[in-house]
Amino acid sequence: MMTLPSRKALAELPIDTRAFDLLSLTMAFVLGLHAAHLPWWLSIALALTLGWRWWQRRQRTGRVPRWLKLPLLVLLTLAVITHYGNIFGREPGAALAVGLLILKLLETESARDVRVGISFACFTLMTALLFDQGLIATVIVALGLLPALATLRALEPAQTSATLQRSLLPGLGLLAAALPLALLGFLLVPRLSSPLWGAPAPRDARTGLSDNMSPGDFTDLLVDDHPAMRVSFEGTPPPPDQRYFRAYVMWDYDGSRWKYVDIVNRTPVELQASRTVVGYQISMEPTHQYVLPMLDVPLDAPASTVLRQDRVVMADKPVNDPLAYAGRSAIQYRLQPELGIRARQRGLYLPTGFNPRTLALGQSWRQRYGVDDAAIVQAALSLFHDGGFSYTLSPAPLGRDAMDDFLFDTHEGFCEQYSSAFTVLMRAAGIPARVVTGYQGGYWNTLGNYLLVRYSDAHAWSEVWLSGRGWVRVDPTGAVRPQRVSLGAAAAADGQLPWYENGWLQSMRNHWDIVNRWWGQGVTGFDALRQRGLLTPFGIRDADTTTLGTLLAIGSMLFIAIGLGWALLRRQARDPLRAALRELERKLARKGIVRRPSEGPQHYLSRAARALPEQRGELALLMTCYLELRYAHDEPPPESLRDFQRAVRDFRAVRVVK
Amino acid sequence: MNRLLQRMQTWAESRLPALTRYRRPESLPIELHRRRIYIVPTGFGMGFSVLLLVMMVGALNYTNNAALLLTCLLGAASATSMLVAFRSLDGLRLTHVRAGHAVAGEPIELTLVLESQRRRNAIRVDLGQDSIAFAIDTNGIAQIALALPTLRRGWQPLPRLRLWSSWPLGLFRAWSWLHPEQSILVWPRPETAGPPPHAAADDARHMRLHRGDELAALRDYRAGDPQRHIAWKASARHINLLVKDFEQPQSRPQWQLDWRQLRGLDNEARIARLARWLGEAQAQRRNYSLWLPDNQIASGSGLLHYAHCMNALAQLP
Repeated sequence: MMTLPSRKALAELPIDTRAFDLLSLTMAFVLGLHAAHLPWWLSIALALTLGWRWWQRRQRTGRVPRWLKLPLLVLLTLAVITHYGNIFGREPGAALAVGLLILKLLETESARDVRVGISFACFTLMTALLFDQGLIATVIVALGLLPALATLRALEPAQTSATLQRSLLPGLGLLAAALPLALLGFLLVPRLSSPLWGAPAPRDARTGLSDNMSPGDFTDLLVDDHPAMRVSFEGTPPPPDQRYFRAYVMWDYDGSRWKYVDIVNRTPVELQASRTVVGYQISMEPTHQYVLPMLDVPLDAPASTVLRQDRVVMADKPVNDPLAYAGRSAIQYRLQPELGIRARQRGLYLPTGFNPRTLALGQSWRQRYGVDDAAIVQAALSLFHDGGFSYTLSPAPLGRDAMDDFLFDTHEGFCEQYSSAFTVLMRAAGIPARVVTGYQGGYWNTLGNYLLVRYSDAHAWSEVWLSGRGWVRVDPTGAVRPQRVSLGAAAAADGQLPWYENGWLQSMRNHWDIVNRWWGQGVTGFDALRQRGLLTPFGIRDADTTTLGTLLAIGSMLFIAIGLGWALLRRQARDPLRAALRELERKLARKGIVRRPSEGPQHYLSRAARALPEQRGELALLMTCYLELRYAHDEPPPESLRDFQRAVRDFRAVRVVK
Repeated sequence: MNRLLQRMQTWAESRLPALTRYRRPESLPIELHRRRIYIVPTGFGMGFSVLLLVMMVGALNYTNNAALLLTCLLGAASATSMLVAFRSLDGLRLTHVRAGHAVAGEPIELTLVLESQRRRNAIRVDLGQDSIAFAIDTNGIAQIALALPTLRRGWQPLPRLRLWSSWPLGLFRAWSWLHPEQSILVWPRPETAGPPPHAAADDARHMRLHRGDELAALRDYRAGDPQRHIAWKASARHINLLVKDFEQPQSRPQWQLDWRQLRGLDNEARIARLARWLGEAQAQRRNYSLWLPDNQIASGSGLLHYAHCMNALAQLP
């Protein structure tokens, strides 16, 4: 029990050490969550500030003086501006928010300060999800609510329990109890079909494939094992060496760089597909680009996308959020059987003054094999296979005549070098050729029946135009390293990848990915469109905002009613002795001896003994026992109570038939 | 302005009892239940809901579903805390109110005895400007001491008490009025100075000073014993608190205090003088009797006797 001043003054009193410790813990948690994307010096400075303030408050209560606080505030703002250039946007905003939060701790002294601090901490916790909304990140952020809730609890005066664990656990209980209502809210809160204000597309370091390619660009991508997309097939999936996902088709070569040029408003080229058509769904991670990788050659474009001339699929807007789309593709096909003059010229163009030795080699093949294009292709593949070429993710750098250096000098590289060199060779030999980038391979998750494609599965290959067959895919990397095509990037890289992408750990990550997929589909990918279709099983085709709002209200009422039921539940203090007597009464009542409301136990049991003369002794004993247990002690002794309960259980009322 | 508000409140409480949650005095025990517990959001609760709204709009705008889920979780937890706040008052029973003794003008000590089957945290009782916080363990009893200011002698009805709690998160305040139908007796204030009682002079030869503080025995603490009589050192070695029992030497002649002796004074002055005499007699450990118009108390001594006499004085019309 403690005496307190009035409610207003209470909010101004200095808080106790435990509340302050919990608040510091909350803020340390938030700082830890954000440390990954703050500049390292800022993280360290903020951590030191936090630690110092915590230590200082333990020595002496009181706010940090203003002359110290204001310069720190100015310093923080300046630091953020100099590092990021401005204070708006995701990264600088988060840095500023975390900094302000830690500075708030400096002036935290009263319960009101703590409440403001905790509210702001909750907000800053949420901003951590703007950087990563994966399952694990979300769970960790949600765990950050525990110290926050515990801090709020610690502000309340006069409590029975005190240890740290005991103050964190009730918060977990509260969150667990709140989870059903939270899920209902999550499902039914109407999503915005268009943002209220411009959501700036965050420039992620991870951009996936780029629309241009120069040998050596992929090195970062090939060690990035984050998921790029997940593909589930209708029916049996195509075999591993057929899993080519085309993204960009690159025609234009300037001597060092292949480039994709987006030409709009052209009809897609003709595709003669065989009867086997593969249907599939792809859920794709955000890339902030327009292109949607499709399996081999798509027959048509998914909804709200456009099929470009080379059957490259472009979305209407950049993919800034996880996107799901369905496609139909041909595995065996003839693509563009008739090549026009313009297209042919484009497919043969080589910049002058680059790679003279490569050009000479290509021309020599044309002279040797005459009109047999297929033989020339084969010659190039044999060159890669037998010419002492090796597959490595860290090839030697190439000079100005990059292809010359590669083909005649270094002899090492990965898909980019091979596809590039092959395409140049083909063009030199007079065969229209182009580079295609995309993904190849992926990990087949048996449990979830889907193909997991990582950024490290990015691949580049070539297409050559052979008369009568159209564009034919040739993968020169496969000639050097067949594992790359049949087993995937990780197998091909063999020992060149970081430790965590090898062996059992990688396999575990592959299996774990099914949870990520479930999370991505069920939670992060649950957009306005999916929400509308949510009620289809219940006969509501297109759930609009009103329907969702009504349902949300009804559902919340339901949960609140359940909660009220719990809140109003009152457990009667259990009296085992009384329960035992009730049981005896029930047994006797079955024989017609019902206790009257006015009857005391002694009177009732005596009456029962008279009615059941056979069991008079037994009943008399039970009565004595009961009276003694009830009236001789404050609390009936447990062993006697057990004896009495057993006696009641064993009692069989036998009525003598008169 | 403040007075106007107060008058409006008084008017509203008399005319619209259902709306203002006004409760007539009721007999003990009072059990709190759903029909008399009210919940309102605190200022912090309002601020927090604004924050939740901001978080939700932000999450929706950035189509960040994980953030939306977090916001929903926090919101649902806040809503659930409302039920917890309700539960922290529901089923609480006020079983007794014990009053100490005090003369008019001094605060009187009230002890509220509250019972609960559940463990409860951070419950507060407001009485005027006073606020007391307490917690109860499972199947526990809490005794809360409050100081109630007094003005006049005689029966004084207990004021309304407010029982409230913002447990667990401080977002909602659950509260209820407690208005026990019980009055407390306030003793009259003794006059500060005046003549000694008639016939006191005869006893001058007996005026040997008896402090009566020789320690006679230790006995268990009983509610109402003055704190300074507690034998702290001895108590430390026992389970219960022990109280020093003082010897009360019977060495003085008795006083016969009589209402009729005090002619020429008005009623309140008579009462104040009698109260002072009673106090002096008690301090000097005399035997004394008291004659009042409607109540005659035979000679006696001790605290109980003193209380009896003072009660009789207090209840005079």
